[in-house]
Amino acid sequence: MGSTLLKKIWDLHTVRRLPTGQTQLFIGLHLVHEVTSPQAYDMLRLHGHRVAFPDRTWATVDHIVPTDSPRRPFRDEMAEQMAATLERNCREFGVPLFDVSSADQGIVHVIGPELGLTQPGMTIACGDSHTSTHGAFGSIAFGIGTSQVRDVLASQCLAMESLNVRRIDVSGSLGRGVYAKDVVLAIIGRLGVNGGVGFAYEYGGAAVDRMDMEERMTLCNMSIEGGARVGYVNPDETTIEYLRGRTFAPTANAFDRASQWWRSMASDSDASYDDRVVVDGSTLAPMVTWGTNPGQVVSVGEMVPSPDEAGPGGRQAIEDALAYMGLEAGRPVAGTKIDVAFIGSCTNGRLSDLRAAADVVKGRRAASHVRALVVPGSRRVRRAAEAEGLHEVFREAGFEWREAGCSMCLAMNADRLTGRELCASSSNRNFKGRQGSPTGRTLLMSPAMVAAAAVAGEVVDVRTLLPKLEGV
Amino acid sequence: MSAPRDPKVTLIVGRALPIAGDDVDTDRIMPARFLKSVSFDGLEAHVFTDDRIAARASGGMHPFDDPRYAGASVLVAGRNFGCGSSREHAPQGLARWGIVAIIGVSFAEIFFSNATALGVACMSVTAADAAELARLVERAPDAAVTVDLVAESVRAGERQWAARMPASAREALVSGSWDATAMLTSDMDAIRATAARLPYIRGF
Repeated sequence: MGSTLLKKIWDLHTVRRLPTGQTQLFIGLHLVHEVTSPQAYDMLRLHGHRVAFPDRTWATVDHIVPTDSPRRPFRDEMAEQMAATLERNCREFGVPLFDVSSADQGIVHVIGPELGLTQPGMTIACGDSHTSTHGAFGSIAFGIGTSQVRDVLASQCLAMESLNVRRIDVSGSLGRGVYAKDVVLAIIGRLGVNGGVGFAYEYGGAAVDRMDMEERMTLCNMSIEGGARVGYVNPDETTIEYLRGRTFAPTANAFDRASQWWRSMASDSDASYDDRVVVDGSTLAPMVTWGTNPGQVVSVGEMVPSPDEAGPGGRQAIEDALAYMGLEAGRPVAGTKIDVAFIGSCTNGRLSDLRAAADVVKGRRAASHVRALVVPGSRRVRRAAEAEGLHEVFREAGFEWREAGCSMCLAMNADRLTGRELCASSSNRNFKGRQGSPTGRTLLMSPAMVAAAAVAGEVVDVRTLLPKLEGV
Repeated sequence: MSAPRDPKVTLIVGRALPIAGDDVDTDRIMPARFLKSVSFDGLEAHVFTDDRIAARASGGMHPFDDPRYAGASVLVAGRNFGCGSSREHAPQGLARWGIVAIIGVSFAEIFFSNATALGVACMSVTAADAAELARLVERAPDAAVTVDLVAESVRAGERQWAARMPASAREALVSGSWDATAMLTSDMDAIRATAARLPYIRGF
């Protein structure tokens, strides 16, 4: 019987079994940002610890960056204090920092991969739940809290429980206008927001094999929204070609040796899994959330569900969500009027996401009542998009073109909803109050669907707006 | 600064407060605006802030504002408590408010790790048992609830329910080794030996 990638990586990185029965697991890459690290550095100082492996640790600033003008000092005094604290901590402990003066600054889950820091076969940790993103490369990547950030800084290790593996095969091929975001929303809708607790999700099958790395990152990014702390895709030629030439990727002969090792870390064809799920990718349509968690989702042609459709105990959850969202059961989700359109985040703030959105808005304009903004996931994404003229496409369509950061995904900066505004968002969470207004409302969808909603002023099937294919 | 507490978490006896509903996310427990700080100080004041404001606006009262539950140390929750963001600010806020144990149907994994790392015990009971415990607490907020990590049970009045926790987390709490840093740094040679065999650290 063969092994899964999870087991191969787990065994290789096991330092020892701890007296508690947990595994002491070595972490090959530790990514740090300004929100969840200051208290961890303070705890190190308090106990006289150093950073054990500063050469395996990198930091950036993303959550609090003002995306209209990211120059220091920030106008927001608290944001400035957080940036200055990260700067001081990184200097004191010898951790390299991509701050706002760096051409490589951006959302931690965007820059790790694009710099080639994220590689197959690694264990990765970061004080952020969307660390699962890095699993797209065939790494095992854990979101952790601040006490565990302290543990990794002090020891480069985590005390971990073992995980089961659920293989999720996405068969067939995705239709035009259907993206990785729709796949993962459909998976969460089917398995539930807690279906992945205790599991790592291994995504595979024909549709995943065909995805590029940015799509795989979107898929793995939202594993945590389905309850799975870890999600991954086995490394293949697509992974290897993405990494070739990246800043921190191995070079020359070392790259060839690395490629060989990376391939060997993929799950064996006869690996056994704790659970298996098959999703038919060819039947999927663009998805839209209607409620207050990512599992409350329908395809764009469907109706907002009624509390009567709920199983035992589910009725109250649907009633609460509909009351908060101000949506009516039994009505089509399409046609829901929006106030704000947000394209960006660690889920969908990469170049291919901006291209997909630009394809929709090209030659059109955002509806007059819609505030629309595009926030690239990193400085590199921003430059690459500008080199293609995407910023002009967006600006001509009435969208704001911003600097890199987490922006309106979680509103720890100036970008936020006000009052009961309803936002079509390419981000990852539609929780109550998530986008900065305690009564603000979020509909999650793909960047192309957000672009379509911005243009129409309401939720609309993006497939009706896509340019005609030649010869069709 | 309070006196250091005994790190061994074996038996918790206190009054309880119920939080209704499943999938209570950490954005609700601690909205992001309170993460704009370089310390965890004062987070106890902001637990469930927006839910509390919403409850007041509709003429109700959130359990965290209800004087009947003041001083409670056990939180009774539903399924998938603490889902979403990894922010430790959520369990930090609850712990600083005075919560030392959470009884729920299930817990999101990162929240569970974060709570355990603070010495807060998260124990799982069946959905029916959680609902019964919540009803009991609502009827009798003064009832003493006993959370027993050794016997793996929760008791209140005449009632007792089986409560589970993954063995290693239970061991970490019961033995007082939930603050993992000392344990993880106790053998740096073993860590260096593991690092030295990794192809990506050796340079392939």
